[in-house]
Amino acid sequence: MSVPQSSDHPLSPEELAEVVARDIPAGAYVNLGIGQPTLVSNYLGPEDDVTLHTENGMLGMGGEAHGDEVDPDLINAGKIPVVETEGCSYFHHADSFAMMRGGHLDCCVLGAFQVDRHGNLANWHTGKPDAIPAVGGAMDLATGAKQTFVMMTLKSKNGQSKLVERCTMPLTGVGCVSRVYTDLGVFVVEGGRIVVRETFGVGYDELVEQLDVTLTPGR
Amino acid sequence: MLTIAETAAAAVAPVHDGACVMIGGFGVAGQPVELIDALIDNGATDLTVVSNNAGNGDVGLATLIQLGRVRKIICSFPRQSDSWHFDEKYRAGQIELEVVPQGNLAERIRAAGAGIGAFFTPTGYGTPLAEGKEVRKLDGRHQVLEYSIHADFSLTKALRADRVGNLVYRKTARNFGPVMAAAATHSIVQVDEVVERGALDPEAVVTPGIYVDTVVRVDHPRQQDSREEGAA
Repeated sequence: MSVPQSSDHPLSPEELAEVVARDIPAGAYVNLGIGQPTLVSNYLGPEDDVTLHTENGMLGMGGEAHGDEVDPDLINAGKIPVVETEGCSYFHHADSFAMMRGGHLDCCVLGAFQVDRHGNLANWHTGKPDAIPAVGGAMDLATGAKQTFVMMTLKSKNGQSKLVERCTMPLTGVGCVSRVYTDLGVFVVEGGRIVVRETFGVGYDELVEQLDVTLTPGR
Repeated sequence: MLTIAETAAAAVAPVHDGACVMIGGFGVAGQPVELIDALIDNGATDLTVVSNNAGNGDVGLATLIQLGRVRKIICSFPRQSDSWHFDEKYRAGQIELEVVPQGNLAERIRAAGAGIGAFFTPTGYGTPLAEGKEVRKLDGRHQVLEYSIHADFSLTKALRADRVGNLVYRKTARNFGPVMAAAATHSIVQVDEVVERGALDPEAVVTPGIYVDTVVRVDHPRQQDSREEGAA
């Protein structure tokens, strides 16, 4: 099987956000994590009919608020002012997490420090002894959404693969990640394997050589 | 029986040393700033605080922490770009921290208000935050035992109350307000406006008055800029 190289360059965060957006099914209820995943909303149009959830108590969240639209009582999980969309709704925190924990969200997109071939996710704590732990809603999202997508750079700042055989950092969730979108390729995690769906700016064989993790060519 | 307090100071007067106090708000949205200021003036110390965050900048909960009045904080996201007072106390070993996944925090508070002692949830299974906790396999999934969180007092903010304590909120400022009011033995709510009995649409009431003990009207509530970096 040959793995398609879909781009001659590694994808920018914006280009990658567009790839993720294309994979979100029409009509889905989706939670986008703080940071890079937020960019995905820029590539979801009215025709996609995707409803965005924010864990601080809103469905039907719109884009970032500007100027006169800014209302301190209307913010997203990153505490950035946002706007309403038609048909939006508000609810309290326990309800907001109940819809997440109860499996009602179709998909969440999260950042990550590490993902391993069993779909384990580490994204809340580096494990360094001097780090102050802060988890927010990451564990509820990773465990509660029907599908957890990860969006991240494939390598850390010091060049190490963030796709690993087994996570060494403290876990956020066990066996929860189904897909990993990175600047260098898209990976499907299934049955203890990391299947490469497509690559960006690098060929499959070269990617295999660069990464210290077992990859399986896909589709 | 609802008390409508004349001032924020009168509203928080019953808060005593050693109390467990829930403080509403997600970042600054829904944060009961004037009630927290009154609690600072009240002088109660050795407090356990339950709140999503551990204070921002040099105001409110951050000041309470800076003054050394908080013995323990139970929260989901203490570390923020401007949580320097918490960071300093934590690194000096002067404040106890219990980090709780945000959904567990909300549900543990909700459970307390609903008379539920504990529940099992998949959230946190296999992570450091479930270490030492009972695990059962239910519906084919590993689930972790989590206990409810009661409080002696809750300080929250709503948009409007009527004279029997029914509350309505405003947008995402609702957040922890309804569940904290229910989970506290004595709930204290600051509102922008108190209206007559019958003036709130019963279909639109979010927190029924049965959960509310004290209401105080704050005419021009202060609100910080909600923009922060990388905080949840």
